[in-house]
Amino acid sequence: MKSAVVVFPASNCDRDAQTALKQLTGRDPHMVWHGDSALPSVDLVVLPGGFSYGDYLRSGAMASQSAIMRAVKAHADKGGMVLGICNGFQVLTESHLLPGALMRNADLKFVCRPVAMTVEETQSAFTRKYDKGQRVVFPVAHGDGNYFADEATLDRLEGENRVVFRYVEGDNPNGSARNIAGILNETRNVMGLMPHPERVVDPLLGGTDGVALFQSLIEALS
Amino acid sequence: MKARVFVTLKNGVLDPQGKAIGHALNGLGFDSVGEVRQGKVIDLDLHESDAQKARAALTQMCEKLLANTVIEKYEIELR
Repeated sequence: MKSAVVVFPASNCDRDAQTALKQLTGRDPHMVWHGDSALPSVDLVVLPGGFSYGDYLRSGAMASQSAIMRAVKAHADKGGMVLGICNGFQVLTESHLLPGALMRNADLKFVCRPVAMTVEETQSAFTRKYDKGQRVVFPVAHGDGNYFADEATLDRLEGENRVVFRYVEGDNPNGSARNIAGILNETRNVMGLMPHPERVVDPLLGGTDGVALFQSLIEALS
Repeated sequence: MKARVFVTLKNGVLDPQGKAIGHALNGLGFDSVGEVRQGKVIDLDLHESDAQKARAALTQMCEKLLANTVIEKYEIELR
């Protein structure tokens, strides 16, 4: 699997993503600067966590206007895989590659801790190596992770099995609607999630629940 | 021409910052304060003298960048 990680000014999980991809795919991902207007030929584009453009205006708003995002949209339109983690999820909603918006956490606090989720959907290239209903723990680290969409959009996401990860009831860290932690686009090749799978790929980091996500992509794209 | 754009959360969208401000005002003894909603003010200088054109351009700016219309509404004031 060939991959690229987009680096925005103030991305801070780009190297975590790079390390995870290198370790799990055996190949160095391309690190692509936000000002570039073309992507190398890759199967997967990762939009990493961080605080792109200092979260000015709204989290992800400035990054969604950057030159590289036109190439990312074209890649997604052709069916290419895109994974947005944390700030990457915010960039995807601001770019309208995913519906809804990520709002300020309901309790206004930046939350940085492991959270328990269930894998809601395994009919996807991102989660096929998980079991449906499997409980996984990924860390979160965000201030704007409160997923919001109107009721019709939420019903549609649920009806089309596009809610991929859901916080375990009682462990919702941000007030997200219907405990949503991660969603797919309509064509199921773009996924965004607030928790960090790339930070749980090695026992040294405290967990390996994220490994299956990358292995799912490797299997789906081989 | 100068313009001022107000960006606020749509009605029905939870505004935790507004709530916290309200609680803080109540804590300061301002008992008359009920619901508080907060937002942004963006001031722009435009190289445009035609009000209609300015308003059309500002509407595009709001739709494309200044507001996230999933959660926010906007008002444009020309001055």
